Amino acid sequence: MSEPTETPATRLLAWLTDGDLRLLSVLTVSLFVLVWVLSFFSGIREPGRILSQIQGVAFIAVLYVMLALSLNLQWGYTGLLNLGVAGFMAIGVYTMALLSMPTSAAVPGLGLPLWIGIPGGVLVASLFGALVALPAIRLQADYLAIVTLAFSEIVRLVIRSQEAASFTIAGTRLGTGGTDSLALPTSPVKVLLYEDPSQPAAIAAASPTPLGDILFTAGEQIGASPAVMESLVYTVFLLVIAVAFFWLVSRIANSPFGRVLKAIREDELVASSLGKDTRLFKIKVFALGSGMMGLVSILWFLERGSVTPATFVPDLTFFVFVALILGGSGSNMGGVIGSLVFVVLLLESPRFIRRIIRESFDPPAPPETIFDALSGVDPLLGYFTSQESISALRFILLGIILVYLMQQRPDGLLGHRTEVASNVDLADRQQTEEES
Amino acid sequence: MTAQQSRTADADSETDAILSVQDLRKSFGGITAVDGVSFEIEPGSITGLIGPNGAGKSTTFNLISGAYTPDSGTIVFDGTDITGYRPDRVATRGLVRSFQIARELPEMSVLENVMLAPQHQLGETLYRSVLPGFRSGVETQERELRERAWETLEFFEIDHLATENAGNLSGGQRKLLEMARVLMTDPEMILLDEPLAGVNPTLEQKLIERLHELKADGYTFLFVEHDMDIVMNNCDPIIVMHQGQKLAEGAPETIKEDDRVLEAYLGGEVEQ
Ligand SMILES: Nc1ncnc2c1ncn2[C@@H]1O[C@H](COP(=O)(O)OP(=O)(O)O)[C@@H](O)[C@H]1O
Ligand SMILES: [Mg+2]
Repeated sequence: MSEPTETPATRLLAWLTDGDLRLLSVLTVSLFVLVWVLSFFSGIREPGRILSQIQGVAFIAVLYVMLALSLNLQWGYTGLLNLGVAGFMAIGVYTMALLSMPTSAAVPGLGLPLWIGIPGGVLVASLFGALVALPAIRLQADYLAIVTLAFSEIVRLVIRSQEAASFTIAGTRLGTGGTDSLALPTSPVKVLLYEDPSQPAAIAAASPTPLGDILFTAGEQIGASPAVMESLVYTVFLLVIAVAFFWLVSRIANSPFGRVLKAIREDELVASSLGKDTRLFKIKVFALGSGMMGLVSILWFLERGSVTPATFVPDLTFFVFVALILGGSGSNMGGVIGSLVFVVLLLESPRFIRRIIRESFDPPAPPETIFDALSGVDPLLGYFTSQESISALRFILLGIILVYLMQQRPDGLLGHRTEVASNVDLADRQQTEEES
Repeated sequence: MTAQQSRTADADSETDAILSVQDLRKSFGGITAVDGVSFEIEPGSITGLIGPNGAGKSTTFNLISGAYTPDSGTIVFDGTDITGYRPDRVATRGLVRSFQIARELPEMSVLENVMLAPQHQLGETLYRSVLPGFRSGVETQERELRERAWETLEFFEIDHLATENAGNLSGGQRKLLEMARVLMTDPEMILLDEPLAGVNPTLEQKLIERLHELKADGYTFLFVEHDMDIVMNNCDPIIVMHQGQKLAEGAPETIKEDDRVLEAYLGGEVEQ
């Protein structure tokens, strides 16, 4: 009975996984068609607003792709359990703010240009990566996990502390803004599109640059505001950097350096008994990955225009892990696909589904207690579609999916994949045989 | 008494031993696994290290190769005191070991396992493996290594498994992979911990022949093996350990006759 229905499905799967790029394109298109459909049913029908929704989801998806790739370098390839992803991200963006916020701002910085602030943030994040890894790297893997998790929380607590909110060094006043949201320097994309980028978007849009003018006019055709067009340009810019991340991580993986990383993950004593100074490799890769995480968060919050320490709770680290595990850690394409699936299906779709339920059923206000919620269908819907339960539901959903994956597909959605750790094709001897 | 002996050994060792171990000790909790062992290895020899199970042979290997730190004693290799060196520093000096229980890298292919081994690979530097200008040099070296790796795998008759994950190999094949990996490091001296366990007799003979070839090329071996015939026919000298101590040392003929050795084997042997 089940066989004839299974064959086309398996054939389709085989066709899809035949080429990575094909799989990626088909998956991306399907996921964003889904976003379209979901927006449509949640009452967002104008092309401009749908574009804005798709852009918003794509923005987060690309960020997660980059985070998953950075984590894949540390954890997927080298087996270093970094539970402090959020901490390194916080260091990156707050360092950038300290360096590049104008001296005249409410919470001032050093007023240095972004081309110093951004590399500065990345550098400090990777320095801390090396520093945190240094003592832990000699110990067992579990210690690194504990140290990084604790470190990440310390970073967050320091940033939100009274002392860090505003302080003076050598007569210069600086600060993190404490628990409040901290305004960030003007994004470079704004500079590209507006003559007067420091103004609020509504005012700045009145005087666009020639490039901005072209884009804004195009946006007007489909009813997309300049703000949406600006974000769209930013997302495209992020996409370019994500491709660079992919290139970098793949190149590392397919090299003798990556071979040592893999060996460390598999059995560190073997790697060192063959003469590899494993500590050096671990520190290098930890610093690099942490710097990349710092860069992602700089790019993320420059677009947003502000940042708060509350963003950098350990949940964020957990999300990045889920994204990577979903696709299959140790594989770059797995990390990319896992991130897309995670962001669209798990992170963003609950929001739409809640709207759809609210639109179509008009459930009552959420009941006071779970017992009231269980008294009928309407109160139950009301309960599940309240703002708080959406995030709780998201966690429950995540838990179920993780348990399912661990049991059914422990190697991730893509299954087991091998990416050869060499920059030549190992199975191919032809070349050398002809030479000799 | 023992101090006296080791001092006499010292006096003798004005010769050019490649590896010299003095009064090595290591205990784990209550168990003294290695209890004051001293010996010297001549360059270009195949020295046998035998003794009943639990005699401390593998622990001695772990101490020499840096996997464990000795409680006391000194290890001098090629004129350098390497006591307490990390495993990678011992290996880069040219002293490489194999593991008694094969430690393949399971999620890496057999070829990747073998290509990991060579020392001083250009592509092990991060910037060289990434930056376009440098990478062509890395690729050239990788092609050379790939050729050497294939040849080594052919010799050990595991080339048909080259692209297989090492975790899928049988016990005997894993031992061969270990040997292949050790040889790919191009060492001066090799510590082999029961490398023939689980290897079929035909290949066993071939490996022993290879051992002698390598010896003729100037390689030095310290060789732990259970099969007495193999040890007696191929190793000279032979060191016998028992309960963490060195029981006897000498040519195969003398060891064969030694009463203490016979007693240790008859009294303490637990065949696996
Ligand atoms: N890591 C360890 N922890 C505790 N005891 C050990 C350890 N390694 C070896 N031993 C003990 O040391 C003794 C010598 O073991 P080993 O060196 O493996 O002997 P052999 O290789 O000669 O059979 C044994 O009693 C063994 O149980
Ligand atoms: Mg042993």
